[in-house]
Amino acid sequence: MRAGPCPVEKDPKFKNMHGFANPARFLRLARWLMPLLLGVGLVLAFGALAWGLLMVPPDRLMGQTVRILFIHVPCAWLGMAGWTTIAVSSLVELVWRHPLAAIAARAAAVPGAAFTAMCLITGSIWARPTWGTWWVWDGRLTSYLILLFLYFGYIALAGAAQRDAAAGSGASRVTAIFGMVGAINIPIINRSVVWWNSLHQPASITMGKSAIDGTFLWPLLIGALGFSCIFGGVVLARMRTLLADIQAEARLRRKAMA
Amino acid sequence: MSAIKAKHQRLVLLVIALAALIGAGLLAAWALSKQASYFYVPSDLMAHPPEQGRAVRLGGMVQRGSIKTMPDGVTITFVVGDGKATVPVRYAGITPDLFVEGSGVVAEGRMEGKTFVADNLLAKHDEKYVPREMKDMTEGQAKAVVAETK
Repeated sequence: MRAGPCPVEKDPKFKNMHGFANPARFLRLARWLMPLLLGVGLVLAFGALAWGLLMVPPDRLMGQTVRILFIHVPCAWLGMAGWTTIAVSSLVELVWRHPLAAIAARAAAVPGAAFTAMCLITGSIWARPTWGTWWVWDGRLTSYLILLFLYFGYIALAGAAQRDAAAGSGASRVTAIFGMVGAINIPIINRSVVWWNSLHQPASITMGKSAIDGTFLWPLLIGALGFSCIFGGVVLARMRTLLADIQAEARLRRKAMA
Repeated sequence: MSAIKAKHQRLVLLVIALAALIGAGLLAAWALSKQASYFYVPSDLMAHPPEQGRAVRLGGMVQRGSIKTMPDGVTITFVVGDGKATVPVRYAGITPDLFVEGSGVVAEGRMEGKTFVADNLLAKHDEKYVPREMKDMTEGQAKAVVAETK
């Protein structure tokens, strides 16, 4: 089977499973999906932010500072969604050797880190007036800071692996293993406010229940959807860039050979 | 078919490795469950009293009607409870905005006799977000609003 020139094209089983691994097919999809996601995301995010920042009433205890909710919470979700993307893509890369999965994982790292950093910064600004401190080393804040450091490590490792790509895919696999091992932090972040006494309050939204009043909940959910669309659009854009880089490099190599 | 077999083998190996990893991580987190807590609740302090003067954090709910200002105008005393035990607290300084009766608080300080002397207060917010103008406000929420606008 390996001796054949291109088993993907010949074996119908392979064709089904690897249909979306075909970069040309993916690029056709990404060409229209990326601007759509970015456009819809920007409209939703700006609409929800205008709603949340200008129109909703102040909170019973926090007053005006409650408005940071509409930036802080979507950023927190996407920081964790970013690493979940990395972990799932890494699993697909390791098990099915899916070529696009490796690219998707690397593309999600920088936007994920950006949302994680924004979550920490907005959280710190929010903590000063509400809790009376910029930072505490409680379970939630500490585990979330570790997530940011994991992102930094992943980005550095992925960069080093890319420079090493000529030496084989071993380095890429190390990156994928790091992406999967790092995922252990995601349930820890989620449970940190349950397992340990923490200054951060427990989750407001759990399986079908919300302790957030509808007045705040709707702009929050629409904003989260908008931010997620932006995240998806940025990941697709970065995947296209990474694919273009790989193609350009391959072309240069062919020219050098000729 | 050999390629598919290898694929399945990788999947099984990875699932086993992941299960082991998650198990180890959860065990470690579980073992930390006492040490990694940010504060003690009053019943912890009562059950295992820390040495006098050792720096600890105490967290719980500020009992209703317990905040009293001393004649010097700066020192306040209040009672922190967790439903099972209560600890009297003394603090001199500026309190955070969200420090109200019936709300959460984390105090940093030490035990002096039966009283917890705090150097710093942090307000602990609950997970509820409710606008001020809510018509169906509960009594507790209404009280909190009144306390906040005083």
